[in-house]
Amino acid sequence: MRIDKLALISLAMAAIFGAAPTIAADKVKIGFVATLTTPAAVIGNDMKDAFELAYAHIGGKMAGLEVEIIYEDDGFKPEIGKQKTDKLVKQDDVDFITGYIWSHVLLASRKSALDAGIFMISANAGPHQMAGKLCHKNFFSTSWQNDQTPMALGEVLNQRGVKSLYIMSPNYAAGKDMAAGVERTFTGEIKGKDMTKWGKDAQLDFSAELAKAKASGAEAIFAFYPGKAGGAFINQYMQAGLDGRMALYTVYTVDALSLPKFQKADMKGVLGSLMTQFWSPDLDTPQNKIFVSAFLEKYGRYPSFYAAQSYDTLFFIKSAVEAVGGDLSDMDGMRAAMEKADYPSVRGPYTYGNNHFPIQNFYLREAATDSEGRWTTKIISTVYTSHQDIYAQECKL
Amino acid sequence: MEWILFVSQVLNGLQLGILLFLLAAGLTLVFGIMNFINLAHGSLYMMGAYFCVTLTSLLGSFPLAVLLSIPLTFVLGIAIERLVVRHLYQRDHLDQVLATFGLILFFNGAVHLLWGAEGNPIRLPDYLNGRVTLLAGIEIPAFRLAIIATGLMVAGGLIWLVGKTRMGMLIRAGASNRRMAGALGVDIKKLFTLVFALGAAMAGLAGMMIAPITEAYIGMGDDILIVALVVIIIGGIGSIRGAFVAALLVGMIDVMGRAYLDSFMKLFMNIQSAETASPALSAMAIYILMAGILYFRPRGLFPPKHR
Amino acid sequence: MIAVLLAFAVLPGVTAILEQPFLLDLALRIMILSCAAVSLNLILGYGGMISFGHAAYIGIGAYALGIPAYYGAYSGYLQLPLAIGAGALFALVTGFICLRTKGVYFIMITLAFAQMAYFAFVSIEEYGGDDGLVIDRRSTFTGIVDMEANLEFYYVTFAFLLGALFLVSRIVNARFGMVVQGAKSNEARMQSLGFDTFRYRLSCYVIAGAMAAAAGWLMGNYNYFFSPEMMSWTRSGELIFMVVLGGAGSLFGPVLGAVVLIILEEQLSGATVYWPLVLGAILVAVVIFARGGIDGAIAKLERRK
Repeated sequence: MRIDKLALISLAMAAIFGAAPTIAADKVKIGFVATLTTPAAVIGNDMKDAFELAYAHIGGKMAGLEVEIIYEDDGFKPEIGKQKTDKLVKQDDVDFITGYIWSHVLLASRKSALDAGIFMISANAGPHQMAGKLCHKNFFSTSWQNDQTPMALGEVLNQRGVKSLYIMSPNYAAGKDMAAGVERTFTGEIKGKDMTKWGKDAQLDFSAELAKAKASGAEAIFAFYPGKAGGAFINQYMQAGLDGRMALYTVYTVDALSLPKFQKADMKGVLGSLMTQFWSPDLDTPQNKIFVSAFLEKYGRYPSFYAAQSYDTLFFIKSAVEAVGGDLSDMDGMRAAMEKADYPSVRGPYTYGNNHFPIQNFYLREAATDSEGRWTTKIISTVYTSHQDIYAQECKL
Repeated sequence: MEWILFVSQVLNGLQLGILLFLLAAGLTLVFGIMNFINLAHGSLYMMGAYFCVTLTSLLGSFPLAVLLSIPLTFVLGIAIERLVVRHLYQRDHLDQVLATFGLILFFNGAVHLLWGAEGNPIRLPDYLNGRVTLLAGIEIPAFRLAIIATGLMVAGGLIWLVGKTRMGMLIRAGASNRRMAGALGVDIKKLFTLVFALGAAMAGLAGMMIAPITEAYIGMGDDILIVALVVIIIGGIGSIRGAFVAALLVGMIDVMGRAYLDSFMKLFMNIQSAETASPALSAMAIYILMAGILYFRPRGLFPPKHR
Repeated sequence: MIAVLLAFAVLPGVTAILEQPFLLDLALRIMILSCAAVSLNLILGYGGMISFGHAAYIGIGAYALGIPAYYGAYSGYLQLPLAIGAGALFALVTGFICLRTKGVYFIMITLAFAQMAYFAFVSIEEYGGDDGLVIDRRSTFTGIVDMEANLEFYYVTFAFLLGALFLVSRIVNARFGMVVQGAKSNEARMQSLGFDTFRYRLSCYVIAGAMAAAAGWLMGNYNYFFSPEMMSWTRSGELIFMVVLGGAGSLFGPVLGAVVLIILEEQLSGATVYWPLVLGAILVAVVIFARGGIDGAIAKLERRK
């Protein structure tokens, strides 16, 4: 054991020392930071699956250059996300860095990526700081700004005549944005708000809060519980007998990742619940039809919005690389191309605001069954057309 | 009705307390009798839940799955005791902490490998998924009532086992004075294995009870373990009665804190701060409680005699 | 030990030649955590006080950097003393209470205080709460050193590591340290010799806390980021691992432990997504089979020769 240990140390050090960097100017290197361990890995894997699908669809090349993708796991922690960003940027010399599921991971990794002078594209997280004060010419989002989706939901509540609401959301950057978003547009009364404990030991037993919600007498309940918390929340919502008593309005909670689970556990209370989003599997655009059917065929399940954003990102990058004919040193040229958003997006055509966040539509969706009996989400109506986030004026670009 | 809400919250606190007791009882016995700190106790909680997940979907029945998962976790406990724990009884607490910390990592990785990264829900039978109306219009989800009932039954069974059977007498003897018990001819090795496995089974049961509410997921035992440690310190190491009282106390404080602290804090600070601060502060409460209790009763509330 | 220190000293040159700037990042992390592990070794290895809350000091040091930075005060002359002072104060107050207990109660009480600090910082919305906050600029020491320059920051960190090792070796070999070590093996005897062991241990505890806070200050600077996560109990556990893995009670052990643990984590997490399984098994095996950690193993090797 002892000699082995010494050998281990030297071996390890040698292995690291020995790893030579590949300086290849004939490749497009893309770094992808996502959560691949912890229960939240279900999101990271969905995004990775979509990115791989896109890779196959573009034939693995952009402007004749080979594309190399390096995936790294952030373990759901900002510090690790930053470390992995550092590694991708400094050791692997990537030309683009993308992924970033979580707002707090994005914020912690921002400096590492942008200081290195490469493009940082968030394929999910949309914290208001990145849309406002911390906007950057090399930062782009292919998703949305956190507040937009709940703002659309607040509007829906008004349109449907809901007079009182109870809010439950986790106590972290995105959770706060979501609650703030609903509060911004909802004109009714907010009977109560609970920001539950988040982080690696997130609170998953909502008995106390749901009891409060019930007692508050609010007409409806708004919830934002991504990842594993979503399952727990819906489960307990039903167990507390709230389905039928307090209508359920959610964002980023009921989606293609959680619906198969709900269906397997026969949690019918989730069907009919309403949510807003910029996209849905049944959105009728040419690119989306290709994407959804290919995803269904390859992976046997519907893609989530995370996957949709991921898929778009690779095509987005491709449009920039091809606009400069593969000359990756022409940052200005690529940026100009990106700002045009001139690529086939699954959400249909859209434009970019000055802060490089999409100006796009938001739809009201409902959890329903498709023609084959699978639980999915369907668009009911359009809530916002070409909506821009409210932080764009704070951005100096 | 304000007081209906209050009673609901009390029941919630009771339910959480019972679950904590199931987890803490094994921990305190193992610590009290074998002087062994087992951080991997939370992993046994997790494994019980995962066994139940698989068995529920195989057998189609949750109650049946629970009945089978308990002995399965018991056997897992035996295996861990024989393979790892046994070698560490003579070592100091530090080594025990580290080895069991390594076990936590090991089980988290194993579960990821065998069941995947995603959380696994457990489907409850319909009669457990509804609500039960108690007197005066107080509703409680049926399953939470089932947890309370199960927990009380197990607590009762444990007290009977420890207090009224020969086995229990041996356990108490071992808790009071291990060497003497050994000298008097008790097969200490078997006793230790049994106690460890018993604790494992109870932890597993707690995991199985919580999984239908929160899903079984990787690392689910890690942070509740710390709470369980606080519980046994408050209750007194080696004391089942202490674990019961402390568990209920901690469960109540946690739920009541989450339920009422933010309203309380809004009285003297702005809404924004109160909403962020109160979940954190109610989490702090149990540590403050522990520190306070240790100050007045350095051995906990009900330490077994002759420790 | 000399070999590893030399390796760190010349690493910047080597990495420049090999064009592997990321290695510097790795080495920086190792050195910073080594500082914290060395400070823990002082109380755990030499003093026998098993603190399960040592990561709290790292967090305190980082917040002592981050909070002034949040208000625009970037001066290192403010932040560093603040970090050390805050760490020492927290150690003094909590140590006063904790050191009255022994054994597992000591472990639990140190854990409890660390958790309280953790939750306290989580509850402060202003400084990011659970998410933590990003720092725009590292500590400034105008005229002396530019911390933003990676090379200079590297050598500052290296200096801290050397300083930590030096400090611990002096303490341990001085009468003060002898008393603490004596108290570890037999407290009654030390007391009968007339030493107020409580005071000696408390002083030791405070020094260790201050040192760990300095490591936290370095960590916050390195990451440009601080969050309550830095003081979680799993971090404390990792620190204990480094000390024991390397060999508790040996001067250089914690550094070796930090090297091995971080490199292991780095390599394993790159190799497989199931790395906890492998790492956990290794750690269990090390504890069961390799008493005395790496340093002990090397010593045994040398004795065999």
